[in-house]
Amino acid sequence: MPNVMIRKNDAGDLLFYVAKKDMEETIASVELDDAEQWGGAVELTDGSRWYIDPISPPPAFPTTLRFKRGDE
Amino acid sequence: MSALTREETQALIQEVLEVYPEKAKKDRAKHLAVNDQSVEQSKKCITSNRKSLPGVMTVRGCAYAGSKGVVWGPIKDMIHISHGPVGCGAYSRAGRRNYYVGHTGVNTFGTMNFTSDFQEKDIVFGGDKKLDKLISEIEGLFPLSKGISIQSECPIGLIGDDIEAVAKKKSKELDKPIVPVRCEGFRGVSQSLGHHIANDAIRDWVIGNRDGDESFQVGPYDVAVIGDYNIGGDAWSSRILLEEMGLRVVAQWSGDGTLSEMELTPKVKLNLIHCYRSMNYISRHMEEKYGVPWMEYNFFGPTKIAESLRKIAAFFDETIQANAETVIAKYTAEYEAIIAKYRPRLEGKRVMLYVGGLRPRHVIGAYEDLGMEVVGTGYEFAHNDDYDRTIKEMGNATLLYDDITGYEFEEFVKKVKPDLIGSGIKEKYIFQKMGIPFRQMHSWDYSGPYHGYDGFAIFARDMDMTINNPCWKQMQAPWQQSAEQEAAPLAASA
Repeated sequence: MPNVMIRKNDAGDLLFYVAKKDMEETIASVELDDAEQWGGAVELTDGSRWYIDPISPPPAFPTTLRFKRGDE
Repeated sequence: MSALTREETQALIQEVLEVYPEKAKKDRAKHLAVNDQSVEQSKKCITSNRKSLPGVMTVRGCAYAGSKGVVWGPIKDMIHISHGPVGCGAYSRAGRRNYYVGHTGVNTFGTMNFTSDFQEKDIVFGGDKKLDKLISEIEGLFPLSKGISIQSECPIGLIGDDIEAVAKKKSKELDKPIVPVRCEGFRGVSQSLGHHIANDAIRDWVIGNRDGDESFQVGPYDVAVIGDYNIGGDAWSSRILLEEMGLRVVAQWSGDGTLSEMELTPKVKLNLIHCYRSMNYISRHMEEKYGVPWMEYNFFGPTKIAESLRKIAAFFDETIQANAETVIAKYTAEYEAIIAKYRPRLEGKRVMLYVGGLRPRHVIGAYEDLGMEVVGTGYEFAHNDDYDRTIKEMGNATLLYDDITGYEFEEFVKKVKPDLIGSGIKEKYIFQKMGIPFRQMHSWDYSGPYHGYDGFAIFARDMDMTINNPCWKQMQAPWQQSAEQEAAPLAASA
């Protein structure tokens, strides 16, 4: 369950940054992303899948959240 | 020699790898690559930030070097104690040429060395008492210091001294910030982790110091310059450009920087980072906690300067944007004259670079402005995100090498035959003795500044005087020269 910092890049995409692993990837898709909640299964552009319990109301980015690996 | 094709470069890498034992070959192969601009993510072609192989010659430093030398060292009004044996502090003292203004030994301490000079008894009985005494002595001798940082050397972590407890106690006693930094040299694979640890120490001990204190008058055009280490005066030649644009530079981390500047940084409107590798962690933290956006910029060479000035201006209103154009226009004649003077002398020269964590990609633009071509580049301690940024800057089919070994670098140079190598002091004399012009790109070979328009003039002059130095034609003893070679200089002088 790594701590992940989510921030927006210049193009407006969400970046998924894990400081400990030195990994920065763009988020390809988020399961739930509307005015009420944000989260669920998250897929990155490198194909890896992560999961976070939906947060309501949606968090303001940048923020640090704890994710689970999606394939568990 | 014309540029190598992709196949030739690949063959070159294979040839160089040939001498290694099977296991080492497999490992090193991952760190050498042929650049391909179509690759989006560098991790598909190159591995970085991994432990160096035992037995190969690496030029990497340690976590202590990253923290004391790079991030904390240039904070001029604090005293940085090299806590542990005397050598680490002595050998890292003042070699980096990060300039500052102030009276050394009175209110600034940049080129001084403070160490606890561990002896056997300190290892056996612990060094906390010694540290306590040392801090009191510092306070007595240098009362104008604004704070103290304790930079751990390897033994501190090995014997388990509690420097945090000492720091807390003394901090209360002296009413000054005392920052313990757990940057023992054995941590991590290179100095890169030292940068991260030092950034985390700043986050925990410095950044929040003025939360809730509104006495600082904030302006709409406040920026902080982060990760410009003022090598030979770089930060000053960058700062004037930003100020001419109408921005107010509140803080200069960590070239000519002070503790209070660092504390004020969360109040600025925009953080400008030059050295992404060593300072991105704290910028990310400030973005998250204080909502201060950050951007990378590059002040090497007129093309990149103009690009960066416009990018910075785009964050602000139209006045600043107009000012940015004025600044660029103001210096146009100046840099065009420099290009007109030096480009004919440098056109088509090929450069190989191997520096720390930022310059291998940042200086490419400056070389291209002079008509030179970078044919190989690599980093000592970069991570994947640095290579992501490098791939786009470099030409196709050029060499990329991560944590290159002494042997590989020499072999590449023998085959690629560059006209100039830019690397560190450890490589300098090997290549000069091989007869190849060399610039020391860590400390600008005792020259500088190289940032900004003023710096570009010095950069161009330095590259010219290195490459076109007549000494490179004198590499062969006169009695070993053939008849034609002997005739050539005579004809030229006639």
